[in-house]
Amino acid sequence: MSKDIYVLGIETSCDETAASIVKNGREIISNVVASQIDSHKRFGGVVPEIASRHHVEQITLVIEEALQRAQMEPQELDAVAVTEGPGLVGALLIGVNAAKAFAFANSLPLVGVHHIAGHIYANRLEQEMEFPLLALVISGGHTELVYMKEHGSFEVIGETRDDAAGEAYDKVARTLNLPYPGGPHIDRLAHASDGAIDFPRVWLEEGSYDFSFSGLKSAVLNYMHNAKQRGEVVLPEHVAAGFQNSVVEVVTAKALRAAKEYKVRQVIAAGGVAANKGLRTSLSGAFEQQGIPFFIPPLSLCTDNAAMIAAAGTVMFEKGLTGNMAMNGRPGMVLSSWG
Amino acid sequence: MIYLGIDTSNSPSAIALMSDDTVLIEEITNLKINHSLTAMPAIEEMMKKAKIAPKDLTHIAVAEGPGSYTGVRIGLTIAKTLAWSLKLPLHMVSSLKVLAANGQYFDGLICPVMDARRGTAFTALYDGETLEPVIEDQHSHFKEFLIKAEALGKPVLFTGIDVSIHEETIREVLGSRAFFTAPQNRLPRAVNLIMLAKEVPAADIHHAVPEYQRITEAEANYIKSQEGQNS
Repeated sequence: MSKDIYVLGIETSCDETAASIVKNGREIISNVVASQIDSHKRFGGVVPEIASRHHVEQITLVIEEALQRAQMEPQELDAVAVTEGPGLVGALLIGVNAAKAFAFANSLPLVGVHHIAGHIYANRLEQEMEFPLLALVISGGHTELVYMKEHGSFEVIGETRDDAAGEAYDKVARTLNLPYPGGPHIDRLAHASDGAIDFPRVWLEEGSYDFSFSGLKSAVLNYMHNAKQRGEVVLPEHVAAGFQNSVVEVVTAKALRAAKEYKVRQVIAAGGVAANKGLRTSLSGAFEQQGIPFFIPPLSLCTDNAAMIAAAGTVMFEKGLTGNMAMNGRPGMVLSSWG
Repeated sequence: MIYLGIDTSNSPSAIALMSDDTVLIEEITNLKINHSLTAMPAIEEMMKKAKIAPKDLTHIAVAEGPGSYTGVRIGLTIAKTLAWSLKLPLHMVSSLKVLAANGQYFDGLICPVMDARRGTAFTALYDGETLEPVIEDQHSHFKEFLIKAEALGKPVLFTGIDVSIHEETIREVLGSRAFFTAPQNRLPRAVNLIMLAKEVPAADIHHAVPEYQRITEAEANYIKSQEGQNS
């Protein structure tokens, strides 16, 4: 029997400082996330310079806690995996430089992980991945459909041409005067609503798996503006429900069509917006009806975390894809296949 | 005792290894390079050359700022992670004081300068003999700072690569009492950082953060908007 592999994951691409230890790429031994949300709330969004400042404050504390909760010493680790990109450059740099220093001090191999590969591999912490596979990655920074024919093979078959879904959620939430981050508030309002405004569905050209949310966002803003001009009362829950219906319908339809066309054995969702109740319900229902296995990780693994980075990093490490001390944060890093 | 010193607080980078009071190796670059890319390889290379393993280090010294926010953070993140991983004391020294050490034993005051745009600078005044602060590190409108320095009635030695940007203003305010380190002596020296670090107690590593000397723009705007609401 082969030896167990323990990987320390580090993630600082946006506003969470996170460290985690994962065994064999499948089992979480410890998972620590220091969220900065409370600090950014007053600004209505993530302020990059403030995010970077918080990462420096938290980074060694978070790594130490991950080791302590795992009751492990650095010598027992096999590798260090860190989010190399994409993300906020100043934020990425903290994780990358801490990972390099930690790897150097402990003579450990270093693995640079793509943030989206991490989100996808979060699923492997719940159940083994079955290929070919379709991953719907949907968060504040990303909206992508990724086809995987095997481990480490990524083909982006659709992506947003403008705003990420989560970004559109946050902007609509702001116009409804909902606190940041707005997604969960819209989800909650939509869920409790007894009606919905009819907003457009943006399908783009026939056969496209790409997304566009800025038109929908503008339609919501126009509706609000016109209603105000006419002195009409706007029911926020009707706006929230209408907006969410449009997002959910388009995302579900495109994911379903892609899953059928590519004849995948499994569909997985990942990213912060995958925690959205309306979307979860719609996706689960649609795939169940078609008999296609569909999984969404628990909320704690949908939002940014380091366990997913360790999970993806383990597979990269096993493929021998290690980096060196010249690794840098790559804010615009493109998701490419391993090997 | 083996000391590793790291200063990446502005565009130059300075890294050195010392054994007690003996300089083993020092690398200073002024190439506008990306510290995130180059600092760790430089440390790795230097330690290899000096045949020093990570476990042989006994102290880590770092320039804590002020300076470029990103630059300071890279140096500090590397330093605190190394110190914590290797269980070593971390000693933090003002980046301005490191520059001031370029002019130590000057008979008067030393003024390190880091340009911070829009007529402002990160600056301070240090005693030429002792390197004790006479006016603390700060972010100031530079001309106003110079007027304060002038009022002390002493000769002032200016250092730092950004001195050239402000030379005219400096001469205008201080006249014949303005002195300048030679151009080749305006870069931070990591060996000076290490010698200064020996005089400061070890920091609390987990809570070690840069001395930015300035709040972020977002916070400044936020404070302004709150004050606006209250008045």
